[in-house]
Amino acid sequence: MTNDPKTLSEKVWDDHVVSSEDGQPDLLYVDLHLIHEVTSPQAFDGLRQNGRSVRRPDLTIATEDHNVPTENIDQPIADETSAKQVDTLRANTSEFGITNYPMGHVNQGIVHVIGPEQGLTQPGMTIVCGDSHTSTHGAFGALAFGIGTSEVEHVLATQTLLQPAQETMSIHIDGELPQGSTAKDVVLAILGECDTNGGIGAIAEFRGPVIEALSMEGRMTVCNMSIEFGAKAGMIAPDDTTFAYLEGRPNAPKGADWEAALDTWRTLRTDDGATFDREVVLDGANISPHVTWGTNPGQVIKLSDAVPSPDMFEDQTARQAAARALEYMGLTAGTPMRDVPVDTVFIGSCTNSRIEDLRAAAAVAEGRSVKDGMRTLVVPGSGLVKEQAEAEGLHKIFIDAGFDWREPGCSMCLAMNPDRLTEGERSASTSNRNFEGRQGRGGRTHLVSPAVAAATAIAGTFATPEDLS
Amino acid sequence: MKPVHIVQGTAVPLDRSDVDTDQIIPSDWLKRVERTGFEKGLFSEWRDDPTFVMNQEEFAGANILVAGPNFGTGSSREHAVWAIQQYGFDAVISPLFGPIFRNNCTKNGLVAVQVDPDVGNAIMAAVQADPTTELVIDVERRTLEVPSISVEVSFELSDAVQHRFLNGLDDIGLTLQQDEAIATFEQSRPSFKPTTA
Ligand code: SF4
Repeated sequence: MTNDPKTLSEKVWDDHVVSSEDGQPDLLYVDLHLIHEVTSPQAFDGLRQNGRSVRRPDLTIATEDHNVPTENIDQPIADETSAKQVDTLRANTSEFGITNYPMGHVNQGIVHVIGPEQGLTQPGMTIVCGDSHTSTHGAFGALAFGIGTSEVEHVLATQTLLQPAQETMSIHIDGELPQGSTAKDVVLAILGECDTNGGIGAIAEFRGPVIEALSMEGRMTVCNMSIEFGAKAGMIAPDDTTFAYLEGRPNAPKGADWEAALDTWRTLRTDDGATFDREVVLDGANISPHVTWGTNPGQVIKLSDAVPSPDMFEDQTARQAAARALEYMGLTAGTPMRDVPVDTVFIGSCTNSRIEDLRAAAAVAEGRSVKDGMRTLVVPGSGLVKEQAEAEGLHKIFIDAGFDWREPGCSMCLAMNPDRLTEGERSASTSNRNFEGRQGRGGRTHLVSPAVAAATAIAGTFATPEDLS
Repeated sequence: MKPVHIVQGTAVPLDRSDVDTDQIIPSDWLKRVERTGFEKGLFSEWRDDPTFVMNQEEFAGANILVAGPNFGTGSSREHAVWAIQQYGFDAVISPLFGPIFRNNCTKNGLVAVQVDPDVGNAIMAAVQADPTTELVIDVERRTLEVPSISVEVSFELSDAVQHRFLNGLDDIGLTLQQDEAIATFEQSRPSFKPTTA
């Protein structure tokens, strides 16, 4: 053991090495394994075939999120493939003794929303899930990342994972955000800087005054999209904001354990003098509301800007990609984003479906009306978020303004359930991916913050709350 | 993964070259939620044809697939290996394998025996002429024998893969060998960390 200064991610990594051999991947212990219906069935089948059991069902939690409908959830799921995946999860979790929160249960929700709200996501943990947005949990100073189905099986059987070493990356956001900018704008601005590959092979740590000033919900939004610039994971050092969020949650430590946990958690920060393999610095003052214009999250601009022209890109590949994206998106270079009409607004997903996101959207919607003909979906991230929102009367504000208030799930984030865009339909969406067809075949997705989504629903074209009279 | 020491039995002669994994298991089969049941998808486009070799009664019950060169090229789908195994084959012999397919075989315990082209041709002809031709693949000695035509050749198999085959170890099996280290690690896990129970 040396006392060399370490980064946050190195500390958490080193704390979980079960065994290590030169030139081989490390064997890391997994503190929490989240599972859902889409990526787990073949892993369970593999266990059965080999006569294996789940090593730690008590460190595993399941929920139904990707396929569940957001209306009429008292009825059986109509789509056969969806119903089969959900039934398979129920059978598998009951066979192997794993807790599952099924559709309709108050604790059910998007897998990356329920971990934190149950207090299962804690600083310094290793957390994995067969889902790329597992990086969300890094907001607590956990090392959290997505894995494939054979790795899901490996974790189920051994509670460990073989992982090759990663580089470290610092993303420092200086200064202060302008009024009206949110965590989503921060991460969209990072994507504008890092593109979709700047983080490949690295674990990113988000640092600096702008990050420290964010709430836990905001930090989750930022970490959620780490994977979109290619990072293995994204992390934020835990601090008093983190501890205040955790205290009193169902699975948070209590009494003496809480004190012991705090002592450990306070050590989870990058040491002075520790170095990163890569560093990115952004000025928070330049981060105004952002919106994507293309078909990957790195194709992003300020909402006050106009649709870029492919000629603006020096690199030939980027130029061709831009031209293709504009064609798919049905946009003309030079059109101000504020003039682009939108058909559908989706507020939800593991990026932006937490209570604070709904409060931000409701604050904009209050006393106003959705533009005629606009389709709107507000999909809370979990049963508990929905309950809390209703206790605060947010659902009334949405409904009165003409928004559609739905049941929790992934919904139009990836259109595995009935909520999807039709060919050519344009959405302002608070989710994390604007890939071709992501929200339905031929659908055109623009990623925005909850406040911009709500303002856009009212204006009919891309708008910030300040644009509304 | 089950341990494999010796694969002994008769073979099906699949006398075609360049059989890619799309032909081994067509993409429709990738939508399943199970890891089992792929045997029905094996070569499913060809099996509709009654004259296809796998539909010939004299080859029923064979546990070795003798293929032409360039077997298992194309898409990386591991389902191709699952389908061959689940149909009942324990080994595949070919003068040349697609590299990803060959690697996938090692993860699942399917023995891929690469032989010289003339040896491959000789075995193909022998099995076509006499479906009861006996083949013996010895993983420990890394040899393939076809006594009726006096063939005895050795084949390549890395020490690491051989170790996994002989002991029935996949990645999970290997990690499970570290059970003690995992258990020791678990003991040091602080009590404040949460459980889901
Ligand atoms: S909300 Fe979207 S990104 Fe998040 S887990 Fe569900 S499908 Fe994946």
